[in-house]
Amino acid sequence: MTFHSDFDCYGRMVLIRRFEEAVERLFSEGRITGTAHVCIGQEAIAVGMAAAMQPNDAFTSTHRGHGHFLAMGGDPGRMMAEMFGKATGYAYGRAGSQMMSDLSLGFYGANGITAGSMGLACGLALQAQYHNTGRVVVCTIGDGASNEGMFHESLNLAALWHLPLVVVCENNGYAMSTPLSVGLANQSIAARAAAYGITGTAVDGNSLSAVRDAVSLALTQARSGKGLQLVECHTYRLSGHSKGDKREYRSPAEEAAAWENEPLARLAAELEKQYPDAPGRIAQLNQQAAETIAAAIEFAVSSPDPDPSTVCDDLFAPHLPTA
Amino acid sequence: MKTFTATIRDTLAAELRRDPNVFLIGEDIGAYGGAFGVTRGLISEFGPNRIRDTPISEQALIGTAIGAAAAGLRPVAEIMFMDFITLAVDQLTNLAAKLHYIYKLPCPIVVRTPAGGGRGYGATHSQTLERLFTGTPGLHIAAPSTAADASALLQSAIRGATPVIFIEHKLLYPLRWEIGLTLPPPLPFGHANITHSGNNVTVVAWSYMAHLALTAANQLAAEGIGVEVVDLRTLAPLDEETITAAVRKTGRLLIVEEGPKTGGFAGEIAARIFETSYDYLEAPLRRLAGPDTPVPASRTLEAACIPTVETIANAIRELASL
Repeated sequence: MTFHSDFDCYGRMVLIRRFEEAVERLFSEGRITGTAHVCIGQEAIAVGMAAAMQPNDAFTSTHRGHGHFLAMGGDPGRMMAEMFGKATGYAYGRAGSQMMSDLSLGFYGANGITAGSMGLACGLALQAQYHNTGRVVVCTIGDGASNEGMFHESLNLAALWHLPLVVVCENNGYAMSTPLSVGLANQSIAARAAAYGITGTAVDGNSLSAVRDAVSLALTQARSGKGLQLVECHTYRLSGHSKGDKREYRSPAEEAAAWENEPLARLAAELEKQYPDAPGRIAQLNQQAAETIAAAIEFAVSSPDPDPSTVCDDLFAPHLPTA
Repeated sequence: MKTFTATIRDTLAAELRRDPNVFLIGEDIGAYGGAFGVTRGLISEFGPNRIRDTPISEQALIGTAIGAAAAGLRPVAEIMFMDFITLAVDQLTNLAAKLHYIYKLPCPIVVRTPAGGGRGYGATHSQTLERLFTGTPGLHIAAPSTAADASALLQSAIRGATPVIFIEHKLLYPLRWEIGLTLPPPLPFGHANITHSGNNVTVVAWSYMAHLALTAANQLAAEGIGVEVVDLRTLAPLDEETITAAVRKTGRLLIVEEGPKTGGFAGEIAARIFETSYDYLEAPLRRLAGPDTPVPASRTLEAACIPTVETIANAIRELASL
């Protein structure tokens, strides 16, 4: 997905915000079921990463992946249809919220296992190195993933092999209900880069330009053969962990303070400072986002359910062993 | 005459020569040649990029192989002992097995792994853990009992588009078979082999147990007991048709499994035969398997844990007499 201006970025960020708000509303109304992890408050990271990437680059996501997918160009209608479990969804209703993908966008999927896509990202990067394609892989994880064994194993291996890989940690303050102070012996995730002899950077994850600049630099380094880069983006998960989270482990005052720093309003304020016509353009982008989400829901609702007789289809890729 | 080890090595070399996207990844597979010497010497022909030593990081190496496969390479991973595959079960179960169903990605990854007891390695280096994967749709599982089958199945596995757990029994490695100068052609998965024909008792087995069952069948022929030995070759897909025909032919079924009886794959085969062929059974079907205990290190204790030619033959005699 190409972003020509900060207004383009704002447009995608507000689309992500409206998508996630719709997901929360649809759950509360009982119109979609299962589970979902929304990224309200983290939109600047998703769009900042996507804006820094080149068209051939690849991306791996997390359980909190709607924003990443939309930023990479995911179609809101097909995503919403997947949320509704419909045949027109990205995986015909098989993936649900947590495992959507679109290879034509270089989006190798969200992943329901914490740190579960880190090996996948290493492998995609290994293929890029093996065939010298110039591709760099961006692998997002959350702060909670930094405590998985896979985090250590992947970073060590990727650093050792100088893989063209940028790991972006969205540090949103909570691993489900566990705050950093309870989950991390050293609360700087960027500092862990030293353990692997690589560069680790920490940035304000609620600033679009800060994320975009940091990820751009990391991508340039990785593409030039310097290998693995680690970028930690500080943000705040304004919603609960998932749809059933009552957020009793933190105070309303803490949340209110975090809302004062949320990325969408911050970007709007910056744009209004720079461009006299910003208020009108922002209002138009807000309107467009609302219409797109309404159309996405309509598309999903009017789409057919998958045929139950297809439940066992596609378990194996079609190219079977030759006789 | 060629060993199982050398046959697999030659097959890997042939596949590496045939397709530049094929590469090997694992712990100590380069200069060391793998813990069992299977990849010995390959690094000198193919170099460290294609015979790729990894840190001791089973889940990252399997995850990396999956990602490389998703992007178009054909990794053949080695997990040094099957016991260590437990460290990568997440990647195999939650990612590889679901990669095509959910993400529409091919996953041509082969995970070769030495399994089984009989060498006194103790409880964490002797298990047969195919049961961890037989209940996971989306994976194929090979468990050959001969060098030729291993070569033929390995070629199919490497050239396919599906994640394969490829089980190599440690006691098969040094055994020798007549293999011609050229390797056998690839063999599709899901085709069991009748390795011995007989009318009295059907024995279903795989991997090293299929080798022992064949030996037992040859011995029992002298006693006038005809044994039909079904060597499964692959557990997934399972050739239920061949098993069913063999059971209906003899009316008696013994399933031999190296691992503990509880929760083993023998139970699955037994249940299927019970569902489809109850009326054909002339005696209760039987499972001969390991006891529900870890595999101890002591030679005496370990021997008490694993079916042998003698215990298999006794079980067949007993079934034949019912």
